[in-house]
Amino acid sequence: MSAIEVLAPGLLTTVQDLGREGFGPMGVSTSGAADPVSLRIGNRLVGNAEVAAGLEMTLLGGAFQFHGACVAALTGSDFGATLEGVAVSPWSSFEVELGQTLKLGPTRSGARCYLCVQGGIQTKPFLGSASTHLLSGLGGHEGRALRKGDVLKVGASAGPGRTGTLVYTVRACSPKDMSQLAPRKVLRVTPGPQSEWFPKAAQKAFCANGYRVTEEANRMGLRLDGPPIPGGAHGEMISEGVSLGAIQIAAGGLPIILFVEQQTTGGYAKIANVISADIHSLGQLRPRDEIRFEPVSFATARKLLIEQEKLLASEKLIGET
Amino acid sequence: MPAKKIVRTRFEPSSDQSLFVYFGEKITIHAHEQVRKLLHLLEAEPIAGVRNLHPAYCSLLVKFDALKWRHAQLEKEVRKYLSRLDKVKLPEPRQLEIHVCYGGELGPDLEEVAALHKITPEQIIKLHSSVTYLVYFLGFAPGFAYLGELPQGLVTPRLPSPRKRVPAGSVGIAGNQTGVYPFETPGGWRLLGRTPISMFRTDRDGLSLLSIGDRVRFVPISRERFAELSRA
Repeated sequence: MSAIEVLAPGLLTTVQDLGREGFGPMGVSTSGAADPVSLRIGNRLVGNAEVAAGLEMTLLGGAFQFHGACVAALTGSDFGATLEGVAVSPWSSFEVELGQTLKLGPTRSGARCYLCVQGGIQTKPFLGSASTHLLSGLGGHEGRALRKGDVLKVGASAGPGRTGTLVYTVRACSPKDMSQLAPRKVLRVTPGPQSEWFPKAAQKAFCANGYRVTEEANRMGLRLDGPPIPGGAHGEMISEGVSLGAIQIAAGGLPIILFVEQQTTGGYAKIANVISADIHSLGQLRPRDEIRFEPVSFATARKLLIEQEKLLASEKLIGET
Repeated sequence: MPAKKIVRTRFEPSSDQSLFVYFGEKITIHAHEQVRKLLHLLEAEPIAGVRNLHPAYCSLLVKFDALKWRHAQLEKEVRKYLSRLDKVKLPEPRQLEIHVCYGGELGPDLEEVAALHKITPEQIIKLHSSVTYLVYFLGFAPGFAYLGELPQGLVTPRLPSPRKRVPAGSVGIAGNQTGVYPFETPGGWRLLGRTPISMFRTDRDGLSLLSIGDRVRFVPISRERFAELSRA
């Protein structure tokens, strides 16, 4: 059993896997990686199952010392990582020796970077998942963001690695395929359950307007700034479930996108919903990013998801170098 | 044969991976029972590829694997369950008591709520603890139960702007609903008091103290009793 020690936690670093489904009746939201595509690929690069837990870093990465040799990979945004002072490329696996330190800095692209290690980060599961649910302080490492001095256990390696008997080969993502999975600033949306409540002109304006991500953008939701949507003032409606990526128009007419650690129910009208294939893009949005919405049909949304899943499942996505 | 209430069931996509089932557009006991019955059936006989269920006052949001289901197909499947709702026997509701220390710093809005209704804080406490509430559903945050309905004289709009921090255990009211905050979260409900009881705990089987369909009464306790129970 190996371990990783947190020398510096970065801005907000949590243990995340693909989340916990099925606890809606208790008011527990799914949580899980904000950019699940990056976490899944990171796990594949180090030979883990896609559902294994890794570290999710936000805007500014941390420094980690390895108490054992292991195979690791960084995915998501480029946080300018170095291993013992030598630059490490994202989207490719690399070997770490006992005692070495991996340092990350501020982001050079989007909001989140993932560190995956062979064997996965091991925590006591809560409702079947290692995901940290920050709001309720549950799951992950003691239910909170990592702090200096935390020591995280790494699971036993299942695949070939330095400590195993098989020879380890570096795996990397194909740049062509990666461009198809790159995070988007034009988010595709399907109609929301209350889109008809808004006048046609308002629905049109919603997709024609550009919006800016505000500082209030976190795992619970992303508050946007821009031209207010008229006609959304229906007061409080009867509270109902809210889906991942739902775009609600709050008082004042500005949109809020509900995200992985969302409240499970709410009482604002929802004009649209980000499609499943673009959810991972939300996880890479930073404050002040300019975004836009593009309407698509449910059939198109499904086609895009099928294409994305096909690409993620394909052998050629990840090759040995 | 008992007279059947006619409530139009409506399906509506919420996203490309979720579907709403609406039982009318009004908060009624009948709609609540329909929601509970469908939830009960879907939990007892899960549909493969259905990932999560979010019950609310008069709707159930069904999250599904979009690679397995399309909205229309899933609607057809759920309709089979709907046709069996009349036969579903719901378990007898559990009766629970929640101790509350009202007023002071534990219930910072008690005085203002009393002033709004032009009655004394004591009368507000009496009203709030005079009725048995129904847990319509759990939502918002883990273990947060939407309890209804408040006595007419207690119906109060939520705060004009929400608090950034509401302490765990705070008992609040908003509109004709009341509830207990299980965790320290932001919140816009008016706070009447606080309970020393943990609403959501990971060291017990039923993580959430309350479940959909439970009946709840609030029991006023003294400051001393609150301190005692908080230590326990």
